[in-house]
Formats: sequence, C-alpha cells, structure tokens
Amino acid sequence: MSDSLVGAAAAQVAPAHADPIHSQGTVAVADPQLVRLLTPEGERLDHPEYSRYAADLTDADLRGFYRDLVLVRRIDVEATALQRQGELGIWASLLGQEAAQIGSGRAMQPQDFVFPTYREHGVAWTRGVDPIRLLGLFRGVDQGGWDPTEHNFHLYTIVIGAQTLHATGYAMGIQRDGAVGQGPDGDQGTAVVAYFGDGATSQGDVNESFVWASVFNAPVVFFCQNNQWAISEPLARQSRIPLYQRAQGFGFPGVRVDGNDVLACYAVTRAALATARAGGGPTLIEAYTYRMGAHTTSDDPTRYRIAADLEAWRLKDPIERVKAYLARSGIADSAYFAEIDAESDTLAADLRAQCLAMPDPAPLALFDHVYVDQTALLGEERTAYAAYLDSFEPAGHGGKGR
Amino acid sequence: MGQTTLAKAINMGLRTAMEDDPKVLVMGEDVGRLGGVFRVTDGLQKDFGEDRVIDTPLAESGIIGTAVGLALRGYRPVCEIQFDGFVFPGFDQIVSQVAKMHYRSLGKVRVPIVIRIPFGGGIGAVEHHSESPEALFAHTPGLKVVACSNALDGYAMIQQAIASDDPYIFLEPKRRYWEKAEIPDGFSVGAADPLHSARVLRPGRDVSVFAYGPMVRTAIQAAAVAEGEGRSVEVVDLRSISPLDLPVITGSVARTGRAVTLHEAPVSFGVGAELAARITEACFYSLEAPVLRVGGFDVPYPPARLEEEYLPDLDRVLDAIDRVASY
Ligand SMILES: Cc1ncc(C[n+]2csc(CCOP(=O)(O)OP(=O)(O)O)c2C)c(N)n1
Ligand SMILES: [Mg+2]
Repeated sequence: MSDSLVGAAAAQVAPAHADPIHSQGTVAVADPQLVRLLTPEGERLDHPEYSRYAADLTDADLRGFYRDLVLVRRIDVEATALQRQGELGIWASLLGQEAAQIGSGRAMQPQDFVFPTYREHGVAWTRGVDPIRLLGLFRGVDQGGWDPTEHNFHLYTIVIGAQTLHATGYAMGIQRDGAVGQGPDGDQGTAVVAYFGDGATSQGDVNESFVWASVFNAPVVFFCQNNQWAISEPLARQSRIPLYQRAQGFGFPGVRVDGNDVLACYAVTRAALATARAGGGPTLIEAYTYRMGAHTTSDDPTRYRIAADLEAWRLKDPIERVKAYLARSGIADSAYFAEIDAESDTLAADLRAQCLAMPDPAPLALFDHVYVDQTALLGEERTAYAAYLDSFEPAGHGGKGR
Repeated sequence: MGQTTLAKAINMGLRTAMEDDPKVLVMGEDVGRLGGVFRVTDGLQKDFGEDRVIDTPLAESGIIGTAVGLALRGYRPVCEIQFDGFVFPGFDQIVSQVAKMHYRSLGKVRVPIVIRIPFGGGIGAVEHHSESPEALFAHTPGLKVVACSNALDGYAMIQQAIASDDPYIFLEPKRRYWEKAEIPDGFSVGAADPLHSARVLRPGRDVSVFAYGPMVRTAIQAAAVAEGEGRSVEVVDLRSISPLDLPVITGSVARTGRAVTLHEAPVSFGVGAELAARITEACFYSLEAPVLRVGGFDVPYPPARLEEEYLPDLDRVLDAIDRVASY
C-alpha cells in the first residue's frame, strides 16, 4: 500500500472519544485504558467503576477462579496432546485466554444464555458442560454433543460471526417474554452473552447484530476476545481503531478490559450483564488478550509472527498473577495449589480415557435428525443404504471392501 | 516442471497469470503472508507485493463485493474462499451481483472475477470444511463453474479462467491438493485443452462414468477394478460443470449406452441430475439402462468419522456400474 493511502486513512481515524456515549446502562467507557483489577505481578488494583463488581468475592470464590483457570488449561493441554496422538482431528486451543473465559463465564447467572465460537472451552466449563462433550466435534463423532438447553450454552459456531445474530435474536425473545428488568432492583432478569473474536468483527453478521441489539435495546453482552490474531492476520487487518470503540458508532457502550485478568473480566462482564438484565441494552466488551498457541493444531504460527511478542505476553500469564495474588494475600497456600494440580491431573487422565472410549457413530446415524419429521424419500435412502451395507457378507455393517 | 502437486500447480498458474497481466490480483483471508491455509498462494505476496496479493479483512461478502468494484475499475481479482462452507456469507454478492452484472448492463460491464474454492471432503475436517456447493452455482445463470482434478489441469485451467472475461467459480478438490502429476517442461497454457471441454480419460465400451474434481480418481480406480471383472468402463472428466461439454458427454453415452454420474455432493437436485436429464434427452435411443447417479446422501455433510460412509467410494461406484450394466 502506498504511503499516501496510509496517511489519509490514519488522519481520518484520529482518536475521537472525548464524548463518551452513555446509553441507558451503567457502563460507560471512553477510557482507552484497560480495565484491570489484578496486575501481572498479582497486585489488586482499585478501579473507580468496576471494583465494586468484584468486591463481594469471597476467598473461596477467588480460590475457585484459580481452580477453574488451572483445570481448563489442563483440559486444553490434554486435548492438544490427544490431537497430536491422532485421537482428535483438530483442536482449537484457548491457551492464554483462560481468564477472559472464566471471568466472563463466572459472571453469568444460571438463567443467562451463551452463544460461543469454537474456542470457548473455558466458558463451557463454567456452564457445567462436561469437557468430554466438547471433544466430540473435534474428534469427528458429532457436531456438538451437549444439549444447549440443559446448560444454556449453545452449540459451537464455526462460521465466523453467525452466532452474534442468534444471540441478539435470543435476547429479543427474552424481551418479549418479559424477562428483562425483573426483581426488586431489576437484577433478576435474563441476559445473553455472545462470544466472538477480533477477526469476526469484520463480518457483516457481527455488524448487523450490533445494529439490531442497539435499536431494539436487546439484553445482550458482546464479548470479543481480541487475541490479536485471526489465523495469520493481525488485528490491523480488521480495524484501525480499538475494537471497543466500535460500539460508540452503533449507539451502545464499549469497554476494554485486560483479558488476562480474571477479576477484571468478571467485574466488567457482571456490570454489563446487570445493565442488560435491567433493561439497559447491549454492551461491547473487548477482552484484550493474546492467542498463545497456534490458531488450531493445523496451523504453524512461526510463518507469520515473531517469538518476541509471545515472550512479552508470557509475562502477563492469566494464571500466574492469580496464583501470586492468592499466595501473597494468604488466601491459598502451596498445599492448595498442589491439591489443584493433582485434581487437574486426574481430570486430564479421565478426559483421555473417556475420549479413547468414545464410540464412532453407527453408519446409519448419517440419516438421523436431518428433519424433525423424517421424509419418505430420505427414509428410503436409509433403507437402501442399510441393504447395501448388508450385501457385504459376512462382515455386515462397516465391513465393506471388495 | 516435472512432478508437481495440484496445490503447487495452481500456485504456479496464479504466478504465471500475475506475471502476464499486471491487473491480476489475489485476495482473501490469510492468502498473503501465510500463503493460504493450503499454501496455494505461497510466496505470491513476497514477489508481487501487498497491493496485488491482499490479506483481506475476515468477511466473505466484503471479499466478493470489493472484487466487483476492483473488476469495474479494470482489475482481474482472483478471490480465495478459505473453505467451501464459508462461501455463503458472500453468496449474495456472487449470485445477485457478480452473476448478473454483464446481463444487467446489456453487456457494457464485465466482471472478470475468479472465485477459487477448495471443495469436497475426505480430509477428516470439522463441519463446514468439506462441502460441495457446485450445484448452487451451476444453477445460477451468469456464472461459469469449473473443477480441476489434477495438477496439469489446475495449472492450465486457473490461467484460462483468469483470462476469461466471465466470472468463474473455480473448484479445487482439496483432498487431491497433494497428489502429483507431470507438467511437461515448457508446457504453456496455449497448448491446453479448451477450458470448457470434457475429457475422456479412459475409453471403454460398456458403461460411461462421468466425474469431476475429487471423484475423478475414484472413477479411474473403479474402471480398473471393473476391467478385471470383465467390464469396459469409460471415464469422462467433465472439468467444466457449467457449461457442460454435451458433445463429449453424449458421444460417450452413444457408444456405451449406459451412464453413471458421480460426485460428492448430495444426489438430489445435483449435477448428476442435470447430466441424467441431458443424457436422456439426447441419447434416448442409445440408452440400455436408466442413468444412475452416485453421490453423497441427502443429508448435511456428516462428522468426520462418518464421512467414509457418506462419500461415494470405489464400492459404491462399482455397485452402480454393476447395476447399470446388468439392467
Ligand atoms: C465465515 C468464515 N470464514 C472463514 C472461516 C475460517 N476461519 C476460521 S477461524 C478464522 C479466524 C478467526 O479469527 P477471530 O475471529 O479473531 O477468532 P480466533 O480464532 O482468534 O479466536 C477464520 C478465518 C470461518 N470459520 N468462517
Ligand atoms: Mg482472534
């Protein structure tokens, strides 16, 4: 690109956030600073707006965050290993994004509903989805093995951005059910969280979901994990302004949070959910983080990014800072950490065993669930294929080959 | 050039087209620095610069829509859609804009865009990465739809599609990307078969099998097995789906009297259905049996561990050959 083009574009996007827009909600952010409650060194910080959303966390809650973070990282490591050993076809690692997912996930209420991408294993954990259910998609035995309505956690969506519209529509349904603004302080309403990545912000669907959520004041929180990369493309390929500032143009507040700070992610999401629950409309949260691993196990990031960036982000590790804080403040000791390590090993061994034991679907499962009401034609196709398989005597089903 | 993979051959074809015509651009997600997730555009950005090899924002409607604008300005964009299942956010631009621009402008405006799509299954991928959407595009007047099956064709056909002033859907059989074929030294696109010609790959007397893209290899294997069982099977690589090369297709059936169509896409309302209708119309008096269609079942593309069941394989092709031959 020629310099003149760059210059012109840069001039147009000079920071213009002097006037924060503040819709009906409580969250208004024009501050380009990250919201942060815990430094990379593990020191608690005060934030004028958000500290109060983390103020009632008990020591047990804080230890719980640590446990969540360690366990989901362990699940992720195990899944990566399973892929390397050929047990999964592919895996999308959440390494580095644990705090963004655990913080936001733990901020939700049971009645809230989540629309994830393909990387939200940590959020799934907070919604009580058994980790083995996540592996089915990646092993190739199903396309999402959990019941979305049981956990209020929708299926993974691989088509980038599509789920943000589903989330918005779901939120519109909540409005029509009169399930917003309930309870004495409007704090018992229901809200939706839509997850997506930095790359996804370029998609039409995501931008349309912003429009819809805004004009209908839908109770949805847009939770963008800006991990700086969309496969090989850096954020600069998607945006010339900080992503959270996009919200302003759509008419709702945006906030950037330290995505490696579980407390800040918790507080900011809780605040945005409170706004949505009470009828205050959508918020865009940009969780500023880093994809520490490859895009997926099929990707080779050494082709497009430098190791120095990775090293810098390693110092901001989301787990280390919590551990340092817990240890320093006496909320947890080395015995606790050892206990969690042991638990994570057991969890991983369990996950591995269950993965290896996962049965392949039966051949005729091909024809299941295409329609609510099976058509006669598809029924015939199924019957014909069953007969065809039976023709391979004596092996029967699955015993093909001439 | 020697033994070359299909992926490398298309890469070389793109390179040649870019060298020949400075208006040729390559655009898509991860096509620049990374060289595409299948490395088909490997090295092109390094050699032709970021102005000509564009890592686009993550938005397929944007990729196709801006390609239209670039084409209107005299460029020849080659768009990469990362996987078949991700063409749909750009579907509106393709069907409503790209396909109709020449028609609506009474021929005053041309949009010479090539939309490359790695298509088909067989690589054990997760959902949306293994689909065969060719019929949707072939059903859209104004688009030309071609599918290469081997490296030599990949090299030539991509150049021919880029050189054409019509918009193209260029389908690349992703599971064949790493299969090699000989590209003779000094081979130039001028010596290639016309883009919309079908090719009889293996002559036969008893049954004609029509395939394209990933299924061509399967058809050839089936013909070899059938020969051992005393059946002479003719294999035709369609190469062009829209338009169809009817003289070659009907000529084959006129000789054999029996036809099997083969693709990964679901059978119903697919390319095979069109072939069956055309063959029936043109070869009614030569036909010894109904045209049989072999393809994917009429279900969404299944999880990877079921794809061997879903995809037509050697046995299913042989079964159809048996049935059509013993009719
Ligand atoms: C519509 C669509 N186009 C392309 C892809 C291929 N693809 C998968 S992930 C990805 C990058 C996504 O980046 P981002 O939104 O930042 O999420 P991240 O993977 O970093 O979590 C792309 C291009 C897709 N899944 N869907
Ligand atoms: Mg990203």
